[in-house]
Amino acid sequence: MQAKHLLGLAELSAADIEEILNNAVPMKQVISRDIKKVPTLRGKSVVMLFYEPSTRTRVSFELAGKYLSADTVNVTTGLSSVSKGESLFDTAKTVQALGADLVVLRHPSAGASHLLARLIDVPVVNAGDGMHEHPTQALLDLFTIRERKGSIKGGKVVIIGDVLHSRVARSNIWALTRFGADLHLVAPPTLLPAGIEQTGVTVHHRPEEALVDSDVVMVLRLQRERQRQGLIPGVEEYAKLYGLNAERLNLARPDAVVMHPGPINRGVEIADEVADGTRAVITDQVTNGVAVRMAVLYLLALGRMN
Amino acid sequence: MKLLIKGGTVVDPAARRMYRADVLVEGDRVTAVDKRLAGGDARVFDAGGKLVFPGLIDMHVHLREPGQEYKETIATGTRAAVRGGFTAVAAMPNTKPVADTPAVIRYVLEKAREAGLARVYPVGALTRGSRGEELSEIGELKAAGAVAFSDDGRPVAGAGMMRRAMEYARMLGVPVISHCEEPSLAAGGVMHEGLVATTLGLRGIPAAAEEVMVARDLILAEMTGCHLHVAHVSTAGAVRLIREAKARGVRVTAEATPHHFTLTDRAVADYDTLAKVNPPLRSDADVAAVREGLGDGTIDVIATDHAPHASHEKNVEFDLAAFGLVGLETAVGLVFTELVADNVLDVPAAVAKMSLNPARILGLQAGIIEPGAAADITVFDPEAEEVVDPALLAGKSKNTPFGGYRLKGVVYAAVVGGRVHLRDR
Repeated sequence: MQAKHLLGLAELSAADIEEILNNAVPMKQVISRDIKKVPTLRGKSVVMLFYEPSTRTRVSFELAGKYLSADTVNVTTGLSSVSKGESLFDTAKTVQALGADLVVLRHPSAGASHLLARLIDVPVVNAGDGMHEHPTQALLDLFTIRERKGSIKGGKVVIIGDVLHSRVARSNIWALTRFGADLHLVAPPTLLPAGIEQTGVTVHHRPEEALVDSDVVMVLRLQRERQRQGLIPGVEEYAKLYGLNAERLNLARPDAVVMHPGPINRGVEIADEVADGTRAVITDQVTNGVAVRMAVLYLLALGRMN
Repeated sequence: MKLLIKGGTVVDPAARRMYRADVLVEGDRVTAVDKRLAGGDARVFDAGGKLVFPGLIDMHVHLREPGQEYKETIATGTRAAVRGGFTAVAAMPNTKPVADTPAVIRYVLEKAREAGLARVYPVGALTRGSRGEELSEIGELKAAGAVAFSDDGRPVAGAGMMRRAMEYARMLGVPVISHCEEPSLAAGGVMHEGLVATTLGLRGIPAAAEEVMVARDLILAEMTGCHLHVAHVSTAGAVRLIREAKARGVRVTAEATPHHFTLTDRAVADYDTLAKVNPPLRSDADVAAVREGLGDGTIDVIATDHAPHASHEKNVEFDLAAFGLVGLETAVGLVFTELVADNVLDVPAAVAKMSLNPARILGLQAGIIEPGAAADITVFDPEAEEVVDPALLAGKSKNTPFGGYRLKGVVYAAVVGGRVHLRDR
């Protein structure tokens, strides 16, 4: 892997993405074993700095580190100097001085991982920064699509939901367009970021227009506060206009898969019958997330050792 | 004390011409401008090959004193000014406390006198505390020395308040400088709204945030007859609105900054907080429109919006970083490198936008070199080049996005009231 850090997929080369996805295959085999442990990162420490609440991503990274025999430490807002007003600058210096071999950062400000990578001499993995990127989520999505569909190239992928605030959507847009997917976005204009139509995607306001003959449908979580912010009239109208239900899903190809980065708002962006249906691969995504994160930790730590 | 500035090319922005002449200064006044003057016992200042401007005026500067002396003081800010070729600056009122009382205005003037570098013309707060709720004592502030009024950085949100402020300012014959930004459109934004912001995941400030407020203030200027000066114009739409208003006869003038005619939102890529500024760096089309507006006279003034911040206020997450950049020491070089070399402006027009025009707007007797005028003179070497090194800036803060830029044209000296401040090299 050429890159020293994993900050975002917009700047990661296709070759590096391929290498991560290829390495995730044997990692997934490790997870399926009875004894889920390999000694690859024994004696290495992974520090996870979480400035934002997150259970799923944090646990996924933590298990990825533990399966590789790394020592993992969590630093979470509210439990440390993070909440005492210590700057990211000073926290970074401290973490480096403590001897971290790799840092995983989740932060509410876009670009926080770029700042951290400039400040310390240790590989940084972006575990989500503001509305910018969530690269490991998109990598696990790519892995899942490949696993189910064989290839990404030429497949029709539809992303429905709050693209404006979604770092998951952004990471997926860069990766999926780079690998040749026919990518469609569906959202009301109030939930689409400026200039997004210039990124090689097709933008729709109605899901019915986009879903026809699609191979993959990704549903994004809708935060209820968007109503208070005046971006949508209400959650009920959103569910009615944009929620993925069985009827809408029938417009997709019969073998289409449904993905969701979680956590799910049942009855809002996705109906029960779809979330629990046979085409949903949401739990596969969770498993694949651990495999992909193992590959990322392994490749970045290896790069540092070389 | 006599000083003979010998062999230079004098720039006359009023007549829009340049001519070879010597300039004789006696005390704090220019006493003669002519070819081959005999200076007698005067100290001779060799200006051969150099341009001699009326002292440049930056009408939009944040000196931070009183209250935020860790960013800049009147002494360090005016040192940066003379080093950048400015013999006078207008100091914005968003200090701590806000310059909404005569005491603060007098304090600023006193500190400037003590520093003895560039002249400082205070801008008074338009409303008390710049809160946009009650008029400040505009008459008292004017009597104490304020030359213009503004709530810069905290635009007056209520149109009714702005109307009354403009009516009152008109009575006193002072300009109102407006930082045009509709708060509800700009809310939470940290850079220009567009594809770059989308890619970086940063909240955008749309061009419309500026344009809606420019439109409002132009309408109010037309209604009240007040002289409106639009600060730091950054969008194509704002340039167009001002151009149309001028054609209609509205009393409006406008300024643009070197960063807004030089940089686009792409300067923010990689989360460079040095390029975080308000109004934000905008698109290629906006930069082109600002240049066009400078060229056709829609934009009267080049001002820097010099906004010093300590490194700990910039070396943080982009969302948390302070808005603003320092401009006093790079402005003239950028004007010549970006505008004069590109034929957007000829030399007299460029100099007019940094001397005569701001002087007229602020009601100052300045902007021309002639017998009897105050001896405020900038000497500029158009052939010299320099690469901007932030560490070498004279101001207290070093937050410039122009580090590493090669500038064609270097300020050689600033003469303020007959006192020569040579650029230390």
